[in-house]
Amino acid sequence: MSEATTHHDDHHDHPKGLWRWVVTTNHKDIGTLYLLFSLVMFLIGGAMALVIRAELFAPGLQLVNPDFFNQMTTMHALVMIFGAVMPAFVGLANWMVPLMIGAPDMALPRMNNWSFWILPFAFTILLSTLFMPTGAPASGWTLYPPLSLQGGNSFAFVIFAIHLMGISSIMGAINIVATILNMRAPGMTLLRMPLFIWTWLITAFLLIAVMPVLAGAVTMLLTDRFFGTSFFNAAGGGDPVLYQHIFWFFGHPEVYIMILPAFGIVSEIIPTFSRKRLFGYTSMVYATASIAFLSFIVWAHHMFTVGMPLGAMLFFMYATMVIAVPTGVKIFNWIATMWRGSMTFETPMLFALGFVVMFTIGGLSGVMLAIVPADFQYHDSYFVVAHFHYVLVTGSVFAIMAGVYYWLPKWTGHMYDERLGKIHFWWSTVWVNVLFFPQHYLGLAGMPRRIPDYAVQFTEFNMISSIGGFMFGFGQLLFCYIIWKCARGGEPASARVWEGSRGLEWTVPSPAPHHTFDTPPVVDDSVAVHKDELT
Amino acid sequence: MAQGSYYVPATAKWPIVGSVGLFIMMIGAANWLNGNPIGPWLTLIGSVVVIFMTFGWFAEVIRESEGGLYSSAVDTSFRQGMIWFIFSEVMFFAAFFGALFYARMFAVPWLGGEGTGAMTNELLWPGFEAHWPTHGPAELGGDFQTIPAFDLPLLNTLILLTSGVTITLAHWALKRGQRTALVLWMWSTIALGLLFLSIQFYEYVHAYRDLGLTLGSGIYGSTFFMLTGFHGLHVILGTIMLIVITLRCMFGHFTAKNHFGFEAVAWYWHFVDVVWLGLFIFVYVI
Ligand code: HEM
Ligand SMILES: [Cu+2]
Repeated sequence: MSEATTHHDDHHDHPKGLWRWVVTTNHKDIGTLYLLFSLVMFLIGGAMALVIRAELFAPGLQLVNPDFFNQMTTMHALVMIFGAVMPAFVGLANWMVPLMIGAPDMALPRMNNWSFWILPFAFTILLSTLFMPTGAPASGWTLYPPLSLQGGNSFAFVIFAIHLMGISSIMGAINIVATILNMRAPGMTLLRMPLFIWTWLITAFLLIAVMPVLAGAVTMLLTDRFFGTSFFNAAGGGDPVLYQHIFWFFGHPEVYIMILPAFGIVSEIIPTFSRKRLFGYTSMVYATASIAFLSFIVWAHHMFTVGMPLGAMLFFMYATMVIAVPTGVKIFNWIATMWRGSMTFETPMLFALGFVVMFTIGGLSGVMLAIVPADFQYHDSYFVVAHFHYVLVTGSVFAIMAGVYYWLPKWTGHMYDERLGKIHFWWSTVWVNVLFFPQHYLGLAGMPRRIPDYAVQFTEFNMISSIGGFMFGFGQLLFCYIIWKCARGGEPASARVWEGSRGLEWTVPSPAPHHTFDTPPVVDDSVAVHKDELT
Repeated sequence: MAQGSYYVPATAKWPIVGSVGLFIMMIGAANWLNGNPIGPWLTLIGSVVVIFMTFGWFAEVIRESEGGLYSSAVDTSFRQGMIWFIFSEVMFFAAFFGALFYARMFAVPWLGGEGTGAMTNELLWPGFEAHWPTHGPAELGGDFQTIPAFDLPLLNTLILLTSGVTITLAHWALKRGQRTALVLWMWSTIALGLLFLSIQFYEYVHAYRDLGLTLGSGIYGSTFFMLTGFHGLHVILGTIMLIVITLRCMFGHFTAKNHFGFEAVAWYWHFVDVVWLGLFIFVYVI
């Protein structure tokens, strides 16, 4: 823990304009960059989703050819996962971690800048493949061989883009771990840390553990295609299934990377608007840690239909279902926090509550998918698509939006437009369910994912889903407008912003000055965000 | 002035140089793989930029460190950074070790008809019997022989282990403030590293020329060369780091108490060492 003051070396140069953002080392600037980047990617990925939904509005092929359709599903997923959701969480971490633990900045400020500034280049490479003669990759975001090895020239570009994203994520994660472990203000003991900090600490650990594994997997793809290795080629004694194992060893922790920080955000917001301390703080920490641990031993639930020994399937089935226990602990804790609280329903709280309800729907469909014999039917169907969009859109993305509304006044110094915020929430919530709920039925009835055409009996539900998609998608322009408006002006926000908020970030003025906590605050239980005994 | 305070540089110009370098390098490499003649040149330019960035960035950090700008908290941050970086490297190797174990324990036996692989063997690869080393049922890459473990690889193991000892002796010398001993032990470590690399290089030439063992020799060739190859790259990187740090020792950059740069490189060297032990056991011996 750093007890001493900070030395900001900025008396001699003050870069201006765009260059300032390129060379900045300030965690708030870098957080803003991440968040804006993520928003742009959200819109680009969203446009791709609308191409998919437009094609699926009616059976038959009408707008795009099948190969382009598959390019859209592949790129949509890669852009949303690596470009929108992950950078949004890193952006929130950049802004909030130092503010919440009383640190002057991130532990390694220069590396922080680099983590961000790799991303625009990585995504330039990724998106440029759309304009190549052979088009973008069309094998699905999982890049399964042998299909992914049969694509055009874009393949090598995609692999290298993924390498760059990996480098960025690993550096970002190292920075977050170092900051949390090393930069806490005196008195900010581990068990006084806000839950957002805890969830990010564990997420960062997951990132450092699995991004290199993804790098290894895609490197093997690369050498299989260009250098004659046979990792995934049975003729040479390899096995395409090996790729799936390595990929999902990364892939499953990856989905938790995208949800644990969301748990953290929701655990900050619900106590604030219930005007109570978080129920079961310690159990939340342990639940997060056990989810992270379990996430390493469940990966093959993505591969039940690929042909595995029975014993392995049983193991992965039970291990997966065990995850529902710590997840359930969290959901019950959130509900218990609200129990007899004096609740109000400002926009962040609405999104957080939407999260709790709809993430649970996604979690439950997950448990259904975890059942081996059932998954034999559900696998690669729209049921899976419905599952992961409930956990990722109404889960991760809703939590990100909740976090943005919650902290926006702290960032800009103005209140956002509450009325528009509520409209945004209700609009999104209604249409996102119109969009994704029918996909459960489509999947159960047998509609496969990643196919541009379908049998006529699926028409109505697809139309409903597409209408939901367009309404949800265009509704997000309102989100952009609200952010823009709040950045421009609005009712001035107080330091504490919310009546029930607690924690160090609310002790600094709004907007948070460029440098905060140069002299570390001293933390005791009165500041500490959660302490069971004090509830 | 900064004694005891956390140093936050106002601006960072090197990261953007690094990003542009990586960008050019990656675009170059992808073009190269696709057979575009501009590829190698772009890769070269990108690599030069990245190397330029690395030296510039480290020079800046060393200047700041020598200028006394770093407090013990900054030191701890660097330590954390290095530890977690090494952990990420461990996980990168884990992916390739995982591939090796999976191939040996599952993929190859199944191709040979074990367990549920009976029909695969019967219908797709009749007559293939599981064995290791293998280049698979299609015998990719032609006949090959492997490199015996208790020959040069054993020698290389001893060399690397010894280098682990010499770098520790160097560290002790540093802590006792004996610069001559420190520098001598450091150069011996570097010499051992280079010796290891030369033997490894000789082995590769031998494998390709005399043994018929190549990257294309089925799953054995793939795992053998990718594991030892990535390890070799890390030894090269480690050796460069050792050289830089030794020069810094000679310039007197480190004190008995304050020498994190040295320790970071030593940790890295030990990591490379441990990975090799894994390689020696699982790739060569077993
Ligand atoms: C109780 C918790 C969960 C369980 C039991 C669960 C279970 C599963 C299972 C068994 C599958 C494979 C379905 C198939 O392909 O046949 C799956 C797919 C998926 N899950 Fe979950 N899941 C859970 C939570 C989550 C969370 C929190 C996320 C992300 C935030 C997530 C994201 C995904 C994604 C993206 C896929 C599809 C990957 C693909 O094939 O492209 N899941 N889940
Ligand atoms: Cu999973």
